[in-house]
Amino acid sequence: MSERQITFEVLRYNPETDDKPWVQTYSVPCQEDWVVLDAINYIKDHLDTSLSYRWSCHMAVCGSCGMMVNGEPTLSCKAFLRDYKGSKIRVEPLSHFPIERDLVVVLDDFMGKLQSVKPYIIPKKEKPVEEGEYKQTPRQLKNFKQYTMCINCMLCYAACPQYGLNDDFIGPAALALTHRYNLDSRDGGRSQRQEVVAQHEGVWECSFVGACSEVCPKDVDPAGAIQQMKIASTVDWYLEHLMPWRAK
Amino acid sequence: MAKSNKPIVWGLFAAGGTISAFVVPAMILVTGLLVPLGVFGEDAMSYERMTAFLGNWIVKVVLLGVVILTLWHAAHRLRVTAHDFGIRSDGTIAMGVYGFAGLFSVIALFAVLAI
Repeated sequence: MSERQITFEVLRYNPETDDKPWVQTYSVPCQEDWVVLDAINYIKDHLDTSLSYRWSCHMAVCGSCGMMVNGEPTLSCKAFLRDYKGSKIRVEPLSHFPIERDLVVVLDDFMGKLQSVKPYIIPKKEKPVEEGEYKQTPRQLKNFKQYTMCINCMLCYAACPQYGLNDDFIGPAALALTHRYNLDSRDGGRSQRQEVVAQHEGVWECSFVGACSEVCPKDVDPAGAIQQMKIASTVDWYLEHLMPWRAK
Repeated sequence: MAKSNKPIVWGLFAAGGTISAFVVPAMILVTGLLVPLGVFGEDAMSYERMTAFLGNWIVKVVLLGVVILTLWHAAHRLRVTAHDFGIRSDGTIAMGVYGFAGLFSVIALFAVLAI
């Protein structure tokens, strides 16, 4: 197999010793079939053990290895080197997030937002286990299945210019998951989630740039989910204001 | 936190976007190209013919719908574009663009109803 020498420009930051992030370059002998993550693992194993980054599955399932590769939010395990021409690749931590260390970002903001939209089934009516399962037809499943594919890799947050401008925005992945549970035939929690979705910082901060859906490695299409929720929230608004006697 | 009142303007924006996407290209083709090129004859859009056409109530309603919704669509689009450029005085911009759309909606209303 042929080898290719690639220079990796990696953003480094150690909060204990560095005032601000800086770029370190590594020359890596890369195999033809490698992905960016393989090269970073090579750096860690052979060149510099101090480099910090997150990864786990190496197969686009765990959502840990999101990084900016040449400025694009990318899963580094899915970024094949053969798709990058030239002899240089720049690797940085995900945009719009504070850096914990090197390529590791602080997740707290996203985790808080994810919790705030109650991304779990809130049954319309609790029933005892003896009464059996909550059943669902294949058609009802198809309704929301696409939105269940999210792996919380946060590439969409790094791509979203609105989140970059205003980090109070609930953001693409959390809103796509909100939509996933709202659409679930077993769920009755939409009105609770609307308290978050219908605020300014909910769907209304989105200006439908669509970058989230472009970078999504699982084809979740968060932008589409948000637009559908905007329509539903608009209908809600008119019903609430024009027919206030209607029960919520 | 309180729910946003953005649905009022977003509803007009979405309706205007749908309408303008379908209608405006056809309008440009007809009024901007085909009629000036004489495809429909010399006096296809003469004053007399157009006022007679607008005498019909259905035409009035449709035309007002297209003009007003397109105005509100453009207003909201400009507000969002300003936001995307990082202009932070959203309140002022919103008042400006919606004020413009509101003013010209009223002018359009009076102009069409006067015929």
